[in-house]
Amino acid sequence: MSQWIYIGLFFFVGLLVPVGAITVAWILGPKKPNPIKQATYECGIETVGDSWVQFKAQYYIFALVFLVFDVETVFLFPWAVKLGELGMFAVVEGIIFILILIAGLVYTWRKGMLEWA
Amino acid sequence: MTAEQIIFLLVALFTLGSGFMVVTTGNLVHAALWLVATLFGVAIVFALLNAGFLAVVQVVVYIGAIAILFIFAVMLTRKDMRDQGPQMNRGWWVGALIAVLVFAGLFFLLQGWNGLSRTAAAIPAGFDAVAELGNALVSPDAFVLPFEVASVLLVAALVGAVYVAFNRK
Amino acid sequence: MSFWKDPLKVAADWLMGIFTGWGMPEVAAQVLISFLGVLILISILMVLDIFLVWVERKVVSRFQDRIGPNRVGPFGLIQPFADIIKLLIKEDITLTGADKVVYNIAPMLSMMSVLILWAIVPLAPTILSVDLNIGALYIIAAGAIGTLSIIMAGWSSNNKFALIGAFRQVAVMVSFEIPMLTMLLIPTILAGSMGMNAIIEKQDIWFVWLSPLAALIFLITAIAELGRAPFDMAEGESELVAGYNTEYSGMKFGMFYAGELLHAFTYGGFLASLFFGGYRFFGLEQVSPFLAIAVIIFKAFVGYWVIMWVRYTLLRIRIDHMLAFNWKFLTPLAFTLLIVTALVNALLAGASTWLYVTGMFLSNVALAWAALEIARSYGHKEREKTEGMKKVVTPSQGTP
Repeated sequence: MSQWIYIGLFFFVGLLVPVGAITVAWILGPKKPNPIKQATYECGIETVGDSWVQFKAQYYIFALVFLVFDVETVFLFPWAVKLGELGMFAVVEGIIFILILIAGLVYTWRKGMLEWA
Repeated sequence: MTAEQIIFLLVALFTLGSGFMVVTTGNLVHAALWLVATLFGVAIVFALLNAGFLAVVQVVVYIGAIAILFIFAVMLTRKDMRDQGPQMNRGWWVGALIAVLVFAGLFFLLQGWNGLSRTAAAIPAGFDAVAELGNALVSPDAFVLPFEVASVLLVAALVGAVYVAFNRK
Repeated sequence: MSFWKDPLKVAADWLMGIFTGWGMPEVAAQVLISFLGVLILISILMVLDIFLVWVERKVVSRFQDRIGPNRVGPFGLIQPFADIIKLLIKEDITLTGADKVVYNIAPMLSMMSVLILWAIVPLAPTILSVDLNIGALYIIAAGAIGTLSIIMAGWSSNNKFALIGAFRQVAVMVSFEIPMLTMLLIPTILAGSMGMNAIIEKQDIWFVWLSPLAALIFLITAIAELGRAPFDMAEGESELVAGYNTEYSGMKFGMFYAGELLHAFTYGGFLASLFFGGYRFFGLEQVSPFLAIAVIIFKAFVGYWVIMWVRYTLLRIRIDHMLAFNWKFLTPLAFTLLIVTALVNALLAGASTWLYVTGMFLSNVALAWAALEIARSYGHKEREKTEGMKKVVTPSQGTP
């Protein structure tokens, strides 16, 4: 438990440093708001159209595939820790697990889900 | 009131507050970010329970994958990023009634439980949670079959997602 | 003498004596000492970060056959301080239409996600902030927070380019996390634990000799996670202005920039810890913890040098090539490497050390060779397909 308090302290101090730096910058900097300065940057000219972009569905697909493989890899961590002591049986079990998921990856690949276009 | 209980109360308040903000804020992306705060609170609770592996897995999977998926989904389906929807629909009183009933039921069930004033049993020293989990996942008289079935479940989820989400031209 | 052997314990005991002498309860004194320790470590890191700005600029200038900063102080050493002063006194512009709260939090989260990584980097056998037994996954958890900060930055800027840059960067970071997770599994298998200290303790033979392919793939995915060239989709300079940090100026930009450099150095440190023996150097670390710190900082700098070298040599890869490279080459290769490592580790478990090392090394080399052969034959087929279509385009006639 004291370990996690240490990590909590790291989070706290880690947050303190950028907050402190940005606050110092906010205090020290001039404050002269001006609509042109505060306008959105678009290669130095006036913005064209809404600042809304058609979100490409492909990003979502990649995040989805990532999610499945993330969960799989996280499952493999306890397996990996005990691998040295458990012998061939555990190795084969883990390999079956990985192979089933590689089959899933191949399916996704063949269906063309991993293309960017 | 031990220090642990105080910390737990603070974290629980933070988690519940963030959860409340998820539901009540108008801006969807803000709701997703409050969800991240809620999930982080749950991770802290896991850490308090000495389940370090689960705490880190919570951050990696929930915040690192699922919250990002939520944000992508919100951005995919909203026309305007700063879209604000109405907070209540017409049937809001049914929701409130069900919430009160569930709360009353939980209260009734929990008032006979003495776990609220007990502290948890101490975990024996030298107990390596991750190693025990590893043992449990691969030994034949523990959870090896659910382990393999979990992989099939993940592939099924992937195939389903491909089928539903993929826009075949 | 015992200070040189175990400085942290000596200092902590001395401080504890002082604090309890003042009447503070022991728990509070413990927390205060921990807090001071964390503060000191993070202060040293920020100074190191400033130094890294100078290193980066000098190295890039040498790669580009020029001198780099040399006016401000001897060899330009005071240049980063001048930069910091400039960033601090810049105006804090609030954009119209930007989401204020999210816009301001994003750089803080970005820097925080780098600083919390140093909780688990083992600096010496006795100097280790937290000996977390799940250190390997903690790296990814901190990366998740960094990924989130990038989305927040891109979305809240109310700027098309920032948004596109952020999405692309997050897609790349998220995709390359799968091979990285798999490569973190390899030292876990070889050492039997996820804790960083345990992994270093087990490296009598550096893991890079046991699994060079894993080290290589970890390096590639680390560069992608960092968002540095050749994978720098986010700051596709000259493509997307400055990607997700287009609308940031002043210290907020400074946090993103300094955070990125420190992140690169931290990953150099992780590469050193996971594959190159960390603070171990033929028994040198037993002599004094300060030597151990020097060893790991040196190795981290070597890793950082390699990351910089790659950055300033290779061209940026197109986003769809990047993602295809990850999902169609690296991920299958990573999983195959995992299977091969698990098998060879189990088969050669009882063998002598030399047989074990040679077996693992050769299996890695064989796998790498097979993967490259498959990639090469695939490239051949693609090339033949496009060559066959070359004669279709007729030369244009008429226009002079």
